[in-house]
Amino acid sequence: MPPCLDVDALLDDAATRVVVCCGSGGVGKTTTSAALAIRAAERGRRTVVLTIDPARRLAQALGLETLDNEPGRVADVGATAGGADARSAAAGRGELHAMMLDMRRTFDEMVHAHAAPERAEKIIANPFYQTISTSFSGTQEYMAMEKLGQLAATGEWDLIVVDTPPSRSALDFLDAPQRMANFLDGRMIRLLSAPARAGRRGLRKIVGAGFALFARAISTILGGALLADASAFVQALDTMFGGFRERATATYALLRSPGTAFVVVAAPEPDALREAAYFVDRLAGEDMPVAGLVLNRTHPVLAALSATKARGAADGLSGAPLAAAVLRLHADRVDLADREERLLSRFISAHPAVAVTRVPVVANDVADLDGLREIGARLAAGGPEPAPAEVSTPLRRAR
Amino acid sequence: MTFSGWPAALSAARLHVVSGKGGAGKTTVAAALAIALASGGRRTLLVEVEGRQGIAQMFDTPPLPYAERKIAVAPGGGEVRALAVDAEAALMEYFELFYRLGMAGRTLRRMGAIEFATTLAPGLRDVLLTGKAKECVSRTGPDGRRVYDAVVLDAPPTGRVVSFLDVTKAMTELARSGPIHTQAAGVVRLLHSPLTAVHLVTLLEDLPVTETLETVEALAAADLRAGAVIVNRVRPQWLPDRSVTAAANGRVDAERIRAGLAAAGLDLPPDVLDALVTETVEHAVRVHAEGAALARLDVGPPLARLELPQLVDGVDLGSLYELAAALVEQGVAVRALDAAAS
Repeated sequence: MPPCLDVDALLDDAATRVVVCCGSGGVGKTTTSAALAIRAAERGRRTVVLTIDPARRLAQALGLETLDNEPGRVADVGATAGGADARSAAAGRGELHAMMLDMRRTFDEMVHAHAAPERAEKIIANPFYQTISTSFSGTQEYMAMEKLGQLAATGEWDLIVVDTPPSRSALDFLDAPQRMANFLDGRMIRLLSAPARAGRRGLRKIVGAGFALFARAISTILGGALLADASAFVQALDTMFGGFRERATATYALLRSPGTAFVVVAAPEPDALREAAYFVDRLAGEDMPVAGLVLNRTHPVLAALSATKARGAADGLSGAPLAAAVLRLHADRVDLADREERLLSRFISAHPAVAVTRVPVVANDVADLDGLREIGARLAAGGPEPAPAEVSTPLRRAR
Repeated sequence: MTFSGWPAALSAARLHVVSGKGGAGKTTVAAALAIALASGGRRTLLVEVEGRQGIAQMFDTPPLPYAERKIAVAPGGGEVRALAVDAEAALMEYFELFYRLGMAGRTLRRMGAIEFATTLAPGLRDVLLTGKAKECVSRTGPDGRRVYDAVVLDAPPTGRVVSFLDVTKAMTELARSGPIHTQAAGVVRLLHSPLTAVHLVTLLEDLPVTETLETVEALAAADLRAGAVIVNRVRPQWLPDRSVTAAANGRVDAERIRAGLAAAGLDLPPDVLDALVTETVEHAVRVHAEGAALARLDVGPPLARLELPQLVDGVDLGSLYELAAALVEQGVAVRALDAAAS
């Protein structure tokens, strides 16, 4: 059995400054981030949660109706709100602040921070900037990491919990800052922006005739206007390159520091666990600390009765439809749990050192603070083994 | 409102775009749809565009190259081919077509120029990917007939699918002239015609249904045609309808269950019986929530609805055929090419 992911120990440890929740889309990353943040706040830490694209009701629960790109205090969360673990020693300090990423505004702020006002305005008005700040494939990831860097730099927070964007691949947010920095100060864009420095002829000599052909092809394909915009953008941005690269490097260093913990979130489905496995390998390769795997939405078997026996008994029943239904739904549940077991054991055998916690499914969608508290409790109570019947937490009832 | 089954109009579609909320199983459904449409002697192409090699993993084959490969046979003599479109390779194709770059093209690729070009113009990548899909849809063989009866595109998830399909606007703004502009216009004509249907895979849960309904609206606003809503991983309901609401609120007649079990020869200790009651309540809560999700789908715009069962053994090749059979049973088919040839 792999080690147990001790969520409370992780959240209580004053050395834990950043928790990054990552995983493929649809596994409950945003909910997990919010639940971890509430739990940390109610255990006495001054916490901020950075969400990327929360579902509407979750956003409402966190008081995020308006997108203002700055953390706002979440009412009714904290040491005095009577959370389950409010009595811990440092509880008086606990607070939760939440924010939703506005990538365009984060990018604008970054430009303002690195350029004189006049030049900043010029950059922001450039059509190419407008495209890249809203629809470049890595912008969201880059800005999420930028915002994380900003939050960390304030020194205001005991703990920052970060949700990651629903990327094409779960790894995108690690690569995006570097990719974007490379792109913005890369060789190609310098070649294209070369006219401003009267060095174009010289550069052409260096890269040879291929470049002339390429420049012609690319300007025909993309249209000359785009290239002109891009070139103007890059020239205006020139003084910021150093700043961009520095920021990307600083964020990368923060992600590798001992105060950062990565929590990999997965659902018991083959695709999600495959992504989780890639992620664990990749983080290990980057020397980034993996706290463990959260396996969301599991279906533990509560009643000790085999599927075969239950189905056999149901087949033999007549005139007791309720009992037969109960037996069949139990048998299905045993099969589902077996399947989840097989999927998890495949993951564990390839990654035996990764700590695991299981979070049994909550039948209703989580849409309020109490729901998030309950997820937090399940995160803390779970372990690598399926929950035995007697410790399973009570169910939420349908309204 | 939704109605069950596959309407005849969808059989006329040649390009089936499959999207869905992350985690809803869109790649699985796309693969099953490609098999279902190939049933009865047709030939289909399953295309992936996100560079994940999800198709190869599903069909348990080595990673797909940028080439069309036969990956499966369909019941009744059909054939499924697969293609993993790589944007860089697709761009090289265009370069070759329009500029005959030859060696220089390979040099540029080594220099990172191709990646640069696809990065420079957000949307260029999507134009190339959808452009390749369009080329496959309209390609004809030596006999003048279309090569593929249908092309199934495993598209980006719901959050991105409309912008993925609606690249023209961005492209006409960015590339105001040039071959890519012309190419984009051709793709848009296909995507906005009845030859294209955008299917949305969902689960009977609140968030996926919300995303589905939002995407249906966004598709309509972009003048794109929503195809079928495909409800995935449907689990059986064992409790009779009349018991669901009460049980979901925690009212389960434990004594009746105990008596029923005893009649079947099962004398269970009280804690096991309690656990069965708890499982029953959980089952009822889920069924109840699924009913509510279905009701929300039903008040939306008129849409065809298909259902696929939850597979307990996981997703392997055999179970893909099971899902394909379920689709065929619900009417999924493609009209004979001759009738649609134009």
